[in-house]
Amino acid sequence: MEKIYSEHKDECTLVRSGRNTIGFLLNYSQSLHVVAYKDLKFENNLN
Amino acid sequence: MTQKKLSNRKSQTLTKKPTKMEQQIEDSELVRDYISGDEKSLEILITRHNQRITSFIYSKVLDRDITEDIFQDTFIKVIKTLKKGTYSEEGKFLPWVMRIAHNLIIDHFRKNKRMPKFEGNDDFNIFSVIGDDKLNAEKQIIKNQIDSDLRGLIEELPDDQKEVLLMRIYKDMSFKEISENTGVSINTALGRMRYALINLRKIIEKNNIVLTN
Repeated sequence: MEKIYSEHKDECTLVRSGRNTIGFLLNYSQSLHVVAYKDLKFENNLN
Repeated sequence: MTQKKLSNRKSQTLTKKPTKMEQQIEDSELVRDYISGDEKSLEILITRHNQRITSFIYSKVLDRDITEDIFQDTFIKVIKTLKKGTYSEEGKFLPWVMRIAHNLIIDHFRKNKRMPKFEGNDDFNIFSVIGDDKLNAEKQIIKNQIDSDLRGLIEELPDDQKEVLLMRIYKDMSFKEISENTGVSINTALGRMRYALINLRKIIEKNNIVLTN
């Protein structure tokens, strides 16, 4: 069967990501440390 | 403006709605601060663009949970890029984040190999394309009624015509097979079939029977 890529017409709902998601991102940002060694970069996640 | 003053301003404005003061701090300035270690700047950036980015993702995937997942992955990429120092200041911050989100949406659909949930609207109904061949209950009852009426009418035909008609229509035999089975020539079988149909039409017309669905 052919694929139908119909778009939903009235889809302009304004939504926001929840507090948990933002909280996670901020914690992730705090825990992430990038260590540069010569040309290499290492990601350390210090949880 | 010194770093200290800027941080103070930010911390005052974080808990409430963005004030004029906060809006004045440019994205590029916040990005610079974040790269130099100010975690608060990230919070302002995320809060400031939360609605636009989340709504953009939602408009494509139409699912709240997937939207939050993609939003999260987008900012994980942003954080990594900024912390690694590979972010170039060439473009603006928001279009850059939107591009990352856009690419992740494409990845999502590639990975899942499925299209967004389809809901029919007035212009186009999916069921007109993938319809069910079966009749609905009402039409099936009508069809059964017509079939049984027709059977009754066939019973009214002379035996030789009835025999040929039953073999041709219900047993799906060829006229050659019919002639072999009944011991008459093909032409005779053809003639009987013709008369059977003519007689059926006559009975139907005479009794004003309606045999349409």
